[in-house]
Parts: sequence; C-alpha cells; structure tokens
Amino acid sequence: MSHAIANPNLIALYTVARREIVRILRIWAQTLVPPAITMTLYFLIFGSLIGSRIGNMGGFNYMDFIVPGLVMMSIIQNSYGNISSSFFGAKFGRHVEELLVSPMPNWVILGGYVAGAVLRGLMVGVIVLGIAMLFTHVRMPHPWIMLSTVLLGATIFSLAGFINAVYARKFDDVTIVPTFILTPLTYLGGVFYSIKLLPEWAQALTHANPIFYMVNAFRYGLLGMSDVPVGVAYALMIGFVVVLTAFALYLLKRGIGLRS
Amino acid sequence: MSTIPALDVVELRKTYATGVEALKGISLSVQPGDFFALLGPNGAGKSTLIGIVSSLVNATGGSVRVFGVDLHAEREAAMRLIGLVPQEMNFNLFEKPFEILVNYAGFYGIPRAEAMLRAEEELKRAQLWDKAHTMSRTLSGGMKRRLMIARAMMTRPPLLILDEPTAGVDIEIRRSMWRTLRDVNAAGTTVILTTHYLEEAESLCRNVAIINHGRIIENGPMKTLLAKLDVESFLLDIDGDLPIVLPALEGAKLLAADAHTLDLEMPRAMDLNRVFDVLGEAGIRVRSMRTKSNRLEELFVRLTGSDDRPGTAEKAA
Repeated sequence: MSHAIANPNLIALYTVARREIVRILRIWAQTLVPPAITMTLYFLIFGSLIGSRIGNMGGFNYMDFIVPGLVMMSIIQNSYGNISSSFFGAKFGRHVEELLVSPMPNWVILGGYVAGAVLRGLMVGVIVLGIAMLFTHVRMPHPWIMLSTVLLGATIFSLAGFINAVYARKFDDVTIVPTFILTPLTYLGGVFYSIKLLPEWAQALTHANPIFYMVNAFRYGLLGMSDVPVGVAYALMIGFVVVLTAFALYLLKRGIGLRS
Repeated sequence: MSTIPALDVVELRKTYATGVEALKGISLSVQPGDFFALLGPNGAGKSTLIGIVSSLVNATGGSVRVFGVDLHAEREAAMRLIGLVPQEMNFNLFEKPFEILVNYAGFYGIPRAEAMLRAEEELKRAQLWDKAHTMSRTLSGGMKRRLMIARAMMTRPPLLILDEPTAGVDIEIRRSMWRTLRDVNAAGTTVILTTHYLEEAESLCRNVAIINHGRIIENGPMKTLLAKLDVESFLLDIDGDLPIVLPALEGAKLLAADAHTLDLEMPRAMDLNRVFDVLGEAGIRVRSMRTKSNRLEELFVRLTGSDDRPGTAEKAA
C-alpha cells in the first residue's frame, strides 16, 4: 500500500483512516458486536413476534419493511458514535496534538476520521443486513442506490459526530446529541412505519427530518419503494454533506475547541 | 552553514480570551545548529511561545519563521521542519510504541515501509526496542519521555523543540537523554530546550534566552551571560570546629553554614589564595570546597527577581 502512494497528504490520509480502522477492530466487542445483538433483538421482537400481527406496511410484510430503516439506523448511530468518541478521546488524551502539529492539511484530518467512521458504518451495515437476510427475503432491486445512500448517510453523520466532538468539553457532551437528538430523529424518521399512517401535519413535520430521506432512499434501493422521490433525498443528502464539510473545515481552520 | 535562522520570532504577542497577556512582544533568533535554552519561571510565557511555534496556540500578533518559512502563511511547510517534544504526554496510551512512531511518521507523509525501519532505529536509540510492542500506558515515566523524543525524531526534523523533556526522570535516564540530545545536535539538528533543571541548560546549551512576565529579559551566549555574574559562592568544609568569631574578609562575606562548614560569597575578581591566607591565619584549615549553587541558577534568580527557580526543588532527584 505505502509503496503505491507517493503524495504525502494521501499517505497521511491513509494513516489516519488506518489508525481508525485498527481501533475499531481492536475494540470489536464494543464497536461491532453490540449493533449485531441489538438489531437481532429488533428483528426478533418487532419483526417476527409483533410484526406478524401487524400485517403489511407500504405493500410489504412488516419484517421486510423495517429492514432498511434498521440497517440505516445502525449505520447512522455507529458512524456518529465512532467519530465523536474517537476524536473526543483524542482531544481528551491530548494525542490530537500529534495531528495538529503535523503538516497535515485540515481536510486530511477530517477525511481520515470520516473515512474511518464511514467504514465502521459500512461494517455494521453489512453485519446487520446479513442478520436481516436470516429473517427476510429482500430483493435489493437497486444495489447502487443502496450503496450510495449508505455512503452519503454515513458521511453526513460522521461529519455531524466530528463537529460534536470538536465542541465537546467532557464525555457527557458526546452523549447528549445522540440521546436527545439522534435517537428521536431516527425513531421518527420512518424506520418502523410509513408516514402515510401519520396525520397530515405530522407528515409535513417528518419532511423536516433528514433521517427520513436517508431511510426512504435506502428502502427504495432495498425494496423498490419510498415515501419521497429518491432524487429529492439525494439532493438533500449531498447538500448536507457539502454544508457539514464546509462547517467542519471552518472549525478546524479556526482551531475552535482545539487550539488556544 | 546557512545564515537563515532556524527560528526567527519577531514581536510575538499572545493575549488569551481570559485577558491574560502571556507574551508582550517577544523577539528571538536561534541560529541553525545551535543548542538553545529557553528559561523562565513558571507562567513566564515559555509554553505559550512553544505552543505558537508548534501551531497549537494562535498568536495575537507578530511573526514566526522556521528556516525562513513563515508559520502563518505556510504552516504545512513550516511544520515539516519542526519536531516537538511537549511537556505533557500526548500519545495514545492504548497504542504500542512501534505503532505510535509509525503512525506519527505517516502523518508527515513518510511511507509506511520507511516509517517501520525508522521506528526500529529510533526505538533502539531510545533503548525502548524491547517495549516496542507493549501497550504504552504500561511504560514508566522516563520511558514515556524517551518515547516522545523518539517520536519527534521520526521525521528527522532540522529543528527539535523540547519542553521540559527530563522533568521527573531519574539522574541516570536524564544523563542518557542528554547524551542523545548532544548526539542529535552534533548531527546538525538545531535544538531548543526549556528545562526546569538549570544545570541541564548550562551543561547542554550554547545560547540562552530568559523570559519573564511575557518578555525576554536576557538573550545571548551562555558564557557571556554567566560572565555577568560578578559573585561566586562556595561552601568550605572545615577540619575541626569553627572558631566562635570568624575572621574578617574584606570585600567578601563569610558565614558559618554549620559548625563545620563555611559559606563564602566573594567577587569573581578576588584572589582565592587571599581567602585561604586569612583563614589559615585564623587557624581554620579547609579540607574541601564546592560551589554553593549552579551559576545559571544564581543569574536566573537575580534577573527574574524570583525564587521560583527552576530545578531547586528537584535537585536531589
């Protein structure tokens, strides 16, 4: 690998991302196993036990319907959690200074951490989808839409987790956002239901939830159905990536939360 | 040798958000190949200065150039020239020394294969090769400090900055670190050192700047600075008991430190033989003598007017 790369910035990017992956694999019992257990329980309880009494949702049996949302939920939570805990841990342990005193441009630091978090999201996504295949028989009619949605969704929440970690001053600060913002948005983002079940005002409100678009785009890739046009979902996701990247780079340039 | 300074600091200012003015317009020039000491009492501004040079602290005003490269305008190029050994541990305690060094080199764009060779070399030089694959949190304090020096040397920096590198390590390890730093300097690396041990600065460094209350109050060759001291202090160990009344010694101060020791403070120009003559006439026989204090320490106290002298608390270490 290293022989193939000559550009110092690419070597640095590879090093930061590699360090993140090594960390994820080193503490696999904390990073890869919990989502597998949680999602298996979701599939068993909501899908198999309760789902069998619910009947169809959006033209699919309930178990099939919730698979895309649960996979996406795992990816979002793990991407966010990975980068926020890792980058804040680096701040707390002061080894973020290794990066800050190096000649790495800010985009390399951000890119390396985001790459690590996205890869964790992908790993978890594959594990959860693999478990889902034990319970369901989804067709996956649009695999490229699935993959691109996963990558965009994981990138968005990696960037958000990074921004959270930049501002965080104590460990509590990196748990507040997932608990009070991310989890409610995920549960209200159409993971377990089609928004067509909601009253009109709640449907309108749901359209302000970014996770709703990710779940539906992914559902389109996996099942071929969505509550929103996929093009709109892509436009919003790309918009989020651009805005959050610009903001994260601005924070790094100003040294907010990192340099005195 | 190049005439471009290794470090050129001009009118550097830093006011923190709290309103504390840590640096009040510092100017400093360190020549390539120098072994330079930066001294000052706690809170004088040393760490802020190093923080700005290593880009961890944003300056409020002034400029920093590293081998002619402007830190503000060309940060990436400037940082490539600096190796930093900070005062506080700043590596991941859950990583192994070999991994820490290889990753650090990677951050500077050094290919992994090359980084692995260098890591072995640097860990051997730091006498840490047997700990290369041990979790770094299990290393002793001295080993952690040596690890940070080894890490900084991974990029072969032309300028090495060390902030209190030997704090808290025992004498044997400190001396071995001194040897390492002398070797590094002899190989052409410019070394800037802040230390709490003034004898360390006197022993290692050729030039020195003393910083106090955010300003440089002395800056120049170590020898020139030490020559400014016009007084020397000695402790004289006496055979038998001292007489009740000590002989008068014009131009010098003679005090009893205890029943068998004399405390002598005399001008540098004074003839030491005259002291022995006077003592001999009073029937006092000197068995041995030693310098009372480190000369640089004496100068430091006089210049800063502070007894917050580096090194005094841990001299016995």
